[in-house]
Amino acid sequence: MGKSFFKPDPVISRPQNTSMVRVSLMFVGVALFCFYFADISITTHDPWLEIDRMIAGVFAPDFLATSAIGDALLKTVSFAFIGVAMGAVAGFLLAQIFHFRVVRLLCSFVRSIHELFWALIFLQMLGLTPLTGILAIGLPYAGICAKVYSETLDEAQTNALQAVPYGSSIISTFFYVRLPEVWIHIVNYTTYRFECGLRSSAVLGFIGLPTLGFYLETAFNEGNYSEASALLITFYILIATIRYWLRPKLIGFYLIFAPFLLGGGADIQVGNITRFLTVDIVPAPLRESSLLDASSWIEFFYWTASLINSQAFPGIIATIVLTQIALVVTGFLSLAFFPLISEKFLGKYGRMIGHLFLVVIRSTPEFILAYIFLQFWGPSMLPAIVALSLHNGAIIGHLMGRYSNEISLRPDHAKAIDLYGFEIIPRLYGQFLAFLFYRWEVIMRETAILGILGIATLGFYVDSALADIRLDRALFFIVITASLNIGIDSLSRYIRNRLRLSRTVQHHSS
Amino acid sequence: MALVGESGAGKSTLLSALQSQMKNKAALIPQDLGLVNNLSVFHNIYIGRLNSYSSVYNLLNLAWPQRREVGKIKPLVERLGLVENLFKPAGELSGGQQQRTAICRALFQGGDAIIGDEPVSAVDKHMANLIMETLVEKFTTVVLAMHDVDLAIKFSTRIIGIKDSAICFDQSTINLTRKDLDFLYKH
Repeated sequence: MGKSFFKPDPVISRPQNTSMVRVSLMFVGVALFCFYFADISITTHDPWLEIDRMIAGVFAPDFLATSAIGDALLKTVSFAFIGVAMGAVAGFLLAQIFHFRVVRLLCSFVRSIHELFWALIFLQMLGLTPLTGILAIGLPYAGICAKVYSETLDEAQTNALQAVPYGSSIISTFFYVRLPEVWIHIVNYTTYRFECGLRSSAVLGFIGLPTLGFYLETAFNEGNYSEASALLITFYILIATIRYWLRPKLIGFYLIFAPFLLGGGADIQVGNITRFLTVDIVPAPLRESSLLDASSWIEFFYWTASLINSQAFPGIIATIVLTQIALVVTGFLSLAFFPLISEKFLGKYGRMIGHLFLVVIRSTPEFILAYIFLQFWGPSMLPAIVALSLHNGAIIGHLMGRYSNEISLRPDHAKAIDLYGFEIIPRLYGQFLAFLFYRWEVIMRETAILGILGIATLGFYVDSALADIRLDRALFFIVITASLNIGIDSLSRYIRNRLRLSRTVQHHSS
Repeated sequence: MALVGESGAGKSTLLSALQSQMKNKAALIPQDLGLVNNLSVFHNIYIGRLNSYSSVYNLLNLAWPQRREVGKIKPLVERLGLVENLFKPAGELSGGQQQRTAICRALFQGGDAIIGDEPVSAVDKHMANLIMETLVEKFTTVVLAMHDVDLAIKFSTRIIGIKDSAICFDQSTINLTRKDLDFLYKH
């Protein structure tokens, strides 16, 4: 690094820069092409009908509207806490055997399915019980944590291993030497995961669990915007103050009490679980006939072909179209957002407002943002694009802003727009693309799930199949969604490697 | 036994060859000390005997330092002046304190032999003498790479000089003076 600074090597640095620009332009081109096919119509008669009442609600939050606010937040935190704890512990154990190919594949499969899809699956097996919510968070989080923990452990410095006396057990060596080296990174990452878990937990309310989303949806349906606004504001405060109440010493205390705060639910029927696994999810043509019967396999082939043709294919197209547009808009918004919190562009008070703005939109889950915009504009891709790019743009803008503060400039540097264009952006661009490509798969996972709100992505077909109690079809679409995510993930990795973008950013952004 | 010679002559290479021949039966003080920065001085020293206890006891001692182990380690750190830092993370200490921590770890590990790569390079002369006295007293075989020739002559019984990756001097220390070794540092 140091060497190339003093002696720029035109052969290496120039082609890399132009290839970054080329890839960016290619993605913009693809997004414009997708835009041509995207349905961004506004379907409501008066898109701003409720806006005045909503704005009035935002500025007059009613914290006493209902005793439900405290209950909603307590349950949101409890589900997040137990779910993330389960995911972190399972992920930690899986990280120890992550070198087995089968473990890696399993983890990448469980994390490619969104928490809400997992919730819908467990809802069929376990009913509306706390276990459904816990597993919906814990399972995909275990897959993510396993990957990140194992990479973190691999990066640990191992100088100290040579001083360990011969014959020490693997377990002792692990806990005394390997783990302490990376412990702080694991704690930081798990805290970040817990913040994500709070958002996931809140969104689970939209499918009926007693968390924030449930109360938010009710408040919106009743037009009770003061209550909705109070719910969201307390949620932001909760997220912004995590580091004050998530103390290492309190974690044991939380773990003991959280299970009692989840609330009850329907009884879990073992019969439902077995029926789900042995009958419901078996593709219909194979259900009652013998598997040796050739004709049932031919029927299965037609079943698959017709599902792909009539639903999966349009779903995949819509998911990709929406993802690509949202990705590029996210990119533009991140470039616009980061100066808001950058010391290079704004003073102390300006940055405070910038921080507040970014914290609010990145703490609101995409799903809730999309739900709100949908109330105005009706179900088209427009609310989804706006929600996805605002949320992700705020996340990347926040990370870029922090990076921009670390850049040191010569004293006579350019100002304002020249500073932005000639000094900061060229230095940040690689970092920016790295963040954006890590976010690509996340955006696609969210895009699919927004189908539940009525936008015609893959989630829409999953939701419709579930409404018709055709679980075999629902699972078929979920598996297709998962494969699409895994595909995007490897494409993103390929592009990152080709552009030689840094590997170290992922822990903040995955 | 002391290994002397210019830096880069091959002292560390010889030491690691020796270390692998000893089948890890000797306590080791590597040049980079091999400390775990995020663990306390106490735990870093305890690592020296990680192989003498069950994993369960080790984990117990990691979470709650056992009085028995603190009792054994305390005299060592008292002698080398680390007692106030016993429960501080090793990464927060000065270079000299870290070096003393690594020496305490080797002392705690015990055994007959110790191999050390410049173990007193970052401490003052008084402390260096104290450490050398302690090492010679506790171990029957002490093999150290040293940059301080006077100290090497004072404490060793045999000196090996290394130049350009080869042993070019191997003598008993009796009646040896500093001048006899000067040629190692000339070009």
